[in-house]
Amino acid sequence: MVELRILVCVKRVPAPGARITLTADHQGIDAKNLGFTTSPHEECAVEEAIRLVETHGGSATVLTLGAVEADEQLRYAVSVGVNSAVHVTHASLAGGADWDAQATARALADAISSLEATDGAFDLILFGNESADSGGFQVGVRVARQLGRAIVNGIKGIVVENGSVTAQRESTSGFEVYQLALPAVLGVKEGLNLPRYPTLPGRLKSKKVEVPVLTAEPMPGGLATLSFDNAAELVVETTMLGTGPEAAPAIVDLLEELGLV
Amino acid sequence: MSNEILVVVEHDRGEVTETSYQAFGLARTLLSAGVGTSITAVVIGAEADALAAGIGSYGAGLSVLVHHAELTDYAPEAWGDVVAQLIASRAPAAVVATGTDRGNEVLAHAAAIADLPFAANVTDVSLADGLGLTRVRWGGSLLEQSRLHAPVYVLSGSAHTFTGEPSGDAAATTEVFEPTLDASAARTRVVDRVTLAAGITLTTAAVVVSGGRGVGSADGFAPLTELADLLGGAVGCSRVVTNNGWRPHSDQVGQTGKRIAPELYIACGISGAIQHWVGMMASKHVLAINTDNEANMVGKAEYAVIGDLHKILPAVSDEIRRRRASA
Repeated sequence: MVELRILVCVKRVPAPGARITLTADHQGIDAKNLGFTTSPHEECAVEEAIRLVETHGGSATVLTLGAVEADEQLRYAVSVGVNSAVHVTHASLAGGADWDAQATARALADAISSLEATDGAFDLILFGNESADSGGFQVGVRVARQLGRAIVNGIKGIVVENGSVTAQRESTSGFEVYQLALPAVLGVKEGLNLPRYPTLPGRLKSKKVEVPVLTAEPMPGGLATLSFDNAAELVVETTMLGTGPEAAPAIVDLLEELGLV
Repeated sequence: MSNEILVVVEHDRGEVTETSYQAFGLARTLLSAGVGTSITAVVIGAEADALAAGIGSYGAGLSVLVHHAELTDYAPEAWGDVVAQLIASRAPAAVVATGTDRGNEVLAHAAAIADLPFAANVTDVSLADGLGLTRVRWGGSLLEQSRLHAPVYVLSGSAHTFTGEPSGDAAATTEVFEPTLDASAARTRVVDRVTLAAGITLTTAAVVVSGGRGVGSADGFAPLTELADLLGGAVGCSRVVTNNGWRPHSDQVGQTGKRIAPELYIACGISGAIQHWVGMMASKHVLAINTDNEANMVGKAEYAVIGDLHKILPAVSDEIRRRRASA
């Protein structure tokens, strides 16, 4: 059996579903009452890395670029079964401030190159398709391009066999199938799997694991965030069609009116 | 810099996706804002040549037909290489696509190769010091104001934001571009397709009957499926449903699922968290069915019925059958 070296890149984001409150100057989000988590697509990337190592042997490493607090997401990944973690950080990331996608990708690709120079190449690198918060849809692609490796995004099914990875991506009518020779990079989506919960031994291990911290210098690209606004809340006059099953004729009237029956 | 805006036309083996032409809406918005003076369509793969005939009506004066033996099927890296080569050879003012899986992927590749910034899912633009942008974060629940400084603006338009309707009936002229692609460019390419659902799908259905936590179980979806079948529609669901394993993830509507725009979205037992709302807010009409008249979804929907979906939906199906039988 050929063992796999897998890397997963994750981002610490406010928990999806939380109501996002902006700071008074609209320059950032008010993190006081927010829970933080790993971006949903990347939770599935972590789970998939663990499953691939369970099947093929080898090791899974988790990497993040983020503020000091992102240590929590790295240790969470260890608590569910990832073997090791690496944290890339810089003072300018304090408080959850984002670097732009170009700067983020450069820092991650440089960190990956330096990890590979010491410990050998990763067979497979997994990214989330896009981060839940900034949604730039590009960091994985930029990293793959800098490393000179193939990448496909939007992946919801992965099989590794004989030195290549077969990856499935949702289409309007089913799946498209891609086949990439290893080493390769994939951007994955929620739905790839259902992530597991931490075990008690996993939690204990995650508390003790040593997480090397690397620093990176920001090299900003050309897209700069100025401020945030909450999307306008839709105000509609809701027409009540009734209560309970007695409303069925009114619903069918509506369907007829819209020409949908 | 030339004054061209390149529009990457998204298609699958010559078949245009529904949201593709919305990229021309973004291009026309850029023209109105003072960026560029003409629109050029980029049609990748000879199979799509036939599309060029109709593209003039979307505001493009020219269609560049990209021909290469490696471009017979969608290949993200090769498509990205093509767009990067067009950026290098034509020096356009901007390059745009619709912010779909493919649109964002191709522009990310092109921007990475050309070492340009890329702004995904833009909803508005204005000429400022550089280009002023509004783009969506959190799948649409938060808007970001940003500033783009670049020799070429690479942008995708948030889906269902810009018009995909034709703007006239002008004809586009065509020219052929033959890119230089090495073998590695085609190493990521669709090699097989698996069709799970022929015909009506969640993204194409006129009516979507969608369920949330209130449905209660996998079996609880039976009356939703029944109604969707009667209407020739599709079943959707919220994230809590897929997390509970009641429905496959391919049915999920929302930030981490699908973006849809049906004629009518029937939200059954869905509370209406913003992460769900952003996936269906482009629906023409929304009917909420919920036991809780204080639910977000009830407040935001155009129509609402208060009560138990397990009693209401079977009654609706019965009523439809009764009227059809007596018609």
